[in-house]
Amino acid sequence: MTAPMRPTPSACPACSAAPAAEAQAARDLPRAQIALSLPTIHCAACISKIERGLDADPRVISARVNLTLKRASIEAAPEVTAEEMRRVVEGLGYEAHELDPGTLNATATDSAGRDLLMRLAVAGFAMMNVMLLSVSVWSGAEAATRDMFHWISAAITFPAIAFSGMPFFRNAWSALRQARLNMDVPITLAIGLALATSLWETMLSGAHAYFDAALALTFFLLAGRYLDHRTRAIARSAAEELTALEVPRATRVTETGDEQVNVSGLAVGDVIRVRPGGRMPVDGEIVTGTSELDRSLLTGEARPVFAGPGQAVSAGEVNLTGPLTLRATAVGSDTSLHRMADLVAIAESGRSRYTSLADGAAKLYAPGVHILAGFSFLGWYLYTWDMRTALNIAAAVLIITCPCALGLAVPAVTTAASGRLFRRGMLIKHETALERLAQVDTVVFDKTGTLTSGTPRLTNLDALPPEAVACALALAQGSSHPLARAITDAATEAGVAPAQIRDVTEVPGYGTKGTVDECEVRLGRAGWTGAQGVSETATFLKVGDRPPVAFTFTDALRPGAEAAVEALMRQGKRVILISGDTTPAVEALAQRLGIPDWLAEALPADKAARVEALTGDGARVLMVGDGLNDTAALAAAHVSISPASALDAARVASDIVLLGNDLSTISAACLTARSATRRITENFRIATVYNIVAVPLAVAGLATPLIAALAMSLSSVTVSLNSLRLR
Amino acid sequence: MNILTYLIPISLTLGGLGLAAFIYTVKSNQYDDPEGDARRILSDDWDDHPKP
Repeated sequence: MTAPMRPTPSACPACSAAPAAEAQAARDLPRAQIALSLPTIHCAACISKIERGLDADPRVISARVNLTLKRASIEAAPEVTAEEMRRVVEGLGYEAHELDPGTLNATATDSAGRDLLMRLAVAGFAMMNVMLLSVSVWSGAEAATRDMFHWISAAITFPAIAFSGMPFFRNAWSALRQARLNMDVPITLAIGLALATSLWETMLSGAHAYFDAALALTFFLLAGRYLDHRTRAIARSAAEELTALEVPRATRVTETGDEQVNVSGLAVGDVIRVRPGGRMPVDGEIVTGTSELDRSLLTGEARPVFAGPGQAVSAGEVNLTGPLTLRATAVGSDTSLHRMADLVAIAESGRSRYTSLADGAAKLYAPGVHILAGFSFLGWYLYTWDMRTALNIAAAVLIITCPCALGLAVPAVTTAASGRLFRRGMLIKHETALERLAQVDTVVFDKTGTLTSGTPRLTNLDALPPEAVACALALAQGSSHPLARAITDAATEAGVAPAQIRDVTEVPGYGTKGTVDECEVRLGRAGWTGAQGVSETATFLKVGDRPPVAFTFTDALRPGAEAAVEALMRQGKRVILISGDTTPAVEALAQRLGIPDWLAEALPADKAARVEALTGDGARVLMVGDGLNDTAALAAAHVSISPASALDAARVASDIVLLGNDLSTISAACLTARSATRRITENFRIATVYNIVAVPLAVAGLATPLIAALAMSLSSVTVSLNSLRLR
Repeated sequence: MNILTYLIPISLTLGGLGLAAFIYTVKSNQYDDPEGDARRILSDDWDDHPKP
């Protein structure tokens, strides 16, 4: 028996004979969890086609498509990469993007929402049963039958409320511990007092018990909480997906060759390769290669800058033409990108000062209810010297005034409004963002990437000699540089045929060159073609010894930019343009859009300072921006919007994310926000009217559990219906 | 009124069954993909044998 033992994945040698144990051990091996975003799937056939296609790969253990989230989650053998899976799905004819499972809690379903739903279900079940028993009491059950019904109700109500009411009790306790009052304090007090007096009444075989009211209250309020939670969970998951689409991965150059690593695994001194079109993962210094960099997300400057060995680059810049290798000088939280987060944290402290409409109502409402209940208790006690009557009436007052409709007033409206805006391509990330958006009177726009789409457009095509255009087209065709692509687009659209040019080569960082009739043609930077720089973004064509020809560009406007600015001005809002770009570029855009106030060459701190100064003058500022240089301003503003193309940091700092490309939704959103706020105040008024009618009855001791139940359900239903009227 | 001795437990049990069923559906992730599940029922991929 000297045969070498076969290594088994099972830890216990005795089990090695048992295939089940081995299978169990194999299942414990690490597996690749891959998530793909599938924006184009829409039907049952798509689901089964993709699932079958993925399952056909023997290394895939399980694949599941989620049509609601338009996502596929794949569990596969550890060596499988997301790129392979993406190619499988694209081969089936569907668009697929890799999602970063680290940022995405794809597998962890929303546990807080599930918890609320469970409590809501228990409260609903208990409410229905107790309500049935109560109906028989209201319709005349007497003596022993009534007592029995009350006891059964109590037996259902106490455990149900102990479980379902937990969120309110916890919130009320944390508010009281900080010596504050919130909505949950009167709720908890009302539920507690109603249960105590009802139990006491039941023991003394009294006629009035408020078990059903206490449960209905819990149910309606939980429904409001659940709506609120769902609205934000949807927005949060969509925002998470945007972040997850940018997989933080880098190519590290090692002695054995290139390897793909997570950005979090990079260290200072690592050599990293960045392909054209890639984003710098870290701060660093260029070791080899020349290229051009698009720094617009960091500085707002639209014009690409030259990059060569020895030059410092910061995380977030985009490499345009040639491959670069850099040595990391700062990684992770030390990069300039992350240091900006400190600015954001400082600016954000201002926002927490905002009191939401609901909190404002609670501040007025909570003390009022307590004082009213206290006085009716005292009054009745002094009048009758009967503890039981006085306590009963105090409980009735608390139950009737309880903010059941108030708890629904805000969430019902925000759910309706957020759903509407979501369909138009806006994600409302923050709970009070809509209320704040409604108050806006000044709108500050960033230029590059926000009002403009960040892609250049050729402006002087008509003024150029046709043969120059033909030459330029031939040189530009092969390049992926944004300016080259702009020339290609414009020339092809004008019907220009490319000239015959030999040996076209791209010189990263400078331009493209070729040969025609034995003389060299160059298309590229001013210095390289021997031209004098001009104030606009431009590239130059030099044919042989002839003087260079300038191709000038302007940034293309984002669709809907003109409409958005015009509509906002028509709404009476002040529109300001603040950009980090050069003065002529900003001035030209401001004139084109008719914006009277503009500020150019602004540093990130300038932007934030300007926004703060406006706030100091009493303006409510809406900041719309996308770059790192806007982050502090986004956080400092009263409310902020960033497009989906923005840098992750900017999206995190803003309250609303614009999913589509169209800016004109901003002005529509302002109107929706305003009508939503109007509905919320209306809802508060409706709830107050119900209280004004019912409270005198309660204080006078005329309220019965039937009246309480009617008032509560009616006001909740009216408030919900009123919220649905939102346009 | 003796019938109540049967009816009330029966109604509570039935209601409780409904609640238990709902809690089971929540716990087994049946609300994760409402749209996809509604469509999956139309696919005949696993009609003859269950998905392995």
